[in-house]
Amino acid sequence: MILKIECLTKRFGGIHAVKDCSLEIEREKITAIIGPNGSGKTTLFNLISKLLKSNDGHIHFNGKNITKLKDYEISKSGISRTFQDVRLFRNLTIKDHLEISLSNSDESIFKSLFKDKPNNAERIDRILKLVHLKKPLNTLVTDLSYGQRKLLDLAMAIAKPHSLLLLDEPVAGVNPVLREEIKEIIKNLNKNKGTILLIEHDMNFVMDLADYIFVMDAGKIIAHGEPAEIQSNKKVLEAYLGD
Amino acid sequence: MIENYLIHILILIGIYIILAVSLNIALGYTGLLNLGHIAFFGIGAYTSAILTREGIPFILALIISCIIAGCFGFLLVWITKRLKGDYLALATLGFSFLIYSLMLNLSSITNGPLGISGISRPNIFGYFLKSNFEFLLFVIFIAIISCMIMYAIIKSPFGRLLHATRDDELGLRVLGKNTIKIKYKAMIISSLFAGLAGSLFAHYNGYIDPTSFMLNSIIFIFTIVIVGGIASFKGSIIATFILFIIPELLRFFAIPSHVLGPTRQIIYALILIGILLFKPKGLFGRIDLE
Repeated sequence: MILKIECLTKRFGGIHAVKDCSLEIEREKITAIIGPNGSGKTTLFNLISKLLKSNDGHIHFNGKNITKLKDYEISKSGISRTFQDVRLFRNLTIKDHLEISLSNSDESIFKSLFKDKPNNAERIDRILKLVHLKKPLNTLVTDLSYGQRKLLDLAMAIAKPHSLLLLDEPVAGVNPVLREEIKEIIKNLNKNKGTILLIEHDMNFVMDLADYIFVMDAGKIIAHGEPAEIQSNKKVLEAYLGD
Repeated sequence: MIENYLIHILILIGIYIILAVSLNIALGYTGLLNLGHIAFFGIGAYTSAILTREGIPFILALIISCIIAGCFGFLLVWITKRLKGDYLALATLGFSFLIYSLMLNLSSITNGPLGISGISRPNIFGYFLKSNFEFLLFVIFIAIISCMIMYAIIKSPFGRLLHATRDDELGLRVLGKNTIKIKYKAMIISSLFAGLAGSLFAHYNGYIDPTSFMLNSIIFIFTIVIVGGIASFKGSIIATFILFIIPELLRFFAIPSHVLGPTRQIIYALILIGILLFKPKGLFGRIDLE
């Protein structure tokens, strides 16, 4: 087990966005969190990556309690993530984005100025091939299409050293061809022993990809199991399809 | 006669290039809307003037001025680290007024509104820079070294993080970068060089008082950075020349001296409005601010 969440709670005023949420994520598996709009999936992601502070509960990652860490410390501990609405640096190039993701010494001015800069050209080339992003390295992100920005966001999350990858709606708003490409990228990452936790609305995408699924509704985990179990779960059908 | 006048203008240009480029580090590269930059200039000027008055050698006073200004830069980020945009601008403007007020009221140290006069010319390891021409050479040397250091920083991997902090701070934090620390470092570099410019200014002028470090001076250096282009190194340098030379051309017209000052302010304002309306990225800027 790589990630263990215990009784995690987040309230916005009197509303429970996440309530007593507990789950465990296995290593080298693709785990998905699904649920209707407003069920608390993205809030849960934001709690894990500490963009939001929980009111209660604990998060353990690689056996270490990371509940009190800051957002950048969580990232440094090995959790990498993407966003539904990609967060890129509008005045930087593709190369700049990947260099920032790969580097772990750029925060020091001294090392930045005097230490030999690692040659990341090969790694950058490999990552861009992995995500099928075929654009010149000096392209500004403002010159990329929405789909290409999604791929760059994914490339950055992969490039950053990590042992758990959180993907927030990786195929939201992309065309069917790119959707299949992203599915293959995620499968390849998993084949290379990657551990992936993803949120996605597209049920077919999730059922085809995930090894294990958690279903959320009104901030709680209402069911979990393998895709086949989830598809026939009555509670899930009620919550998700409104039956 | 004309030579002395040209040397005088070039010395001021050299000092203001350091001031403008250092403001661009915080404002343009890191996205910190810092209206307190002029305070660092004043801190550098006063520190250096006071220390040399007490018999401290010029070079040591210059270094201490940079360090003290850098410490105030650290303090300003420490106070404002949770603020952004308009709130940060207001807080830094408040900082600028606070420093101005201290210069005005700490009379036992700063001599209050009368200012400090008789500030000695630089004495560098026994060599006294008596003439303005020698001072110009010294300013050119310091300006080149300062610009080289700041250029090396912004072109380094750390400089890339400054751009990223400005564009999307949260996006950078989830990549494992401590953006607060990055902002501290950017502001310390920026204030340190502003302090250096302040020290040069004090020792060139020979006299400083709090009015040299007021709001209109902030507007002037902001105008330089905006006209040159946000996050454009070359732009800040060229805009300093342009904004010094254009108003100086007025001297060749028979304008009374009491009209000359306000006319300059009007020219700066017109240039600023013109740039914002017709070339919002500045003359050499590429940065697209949301």
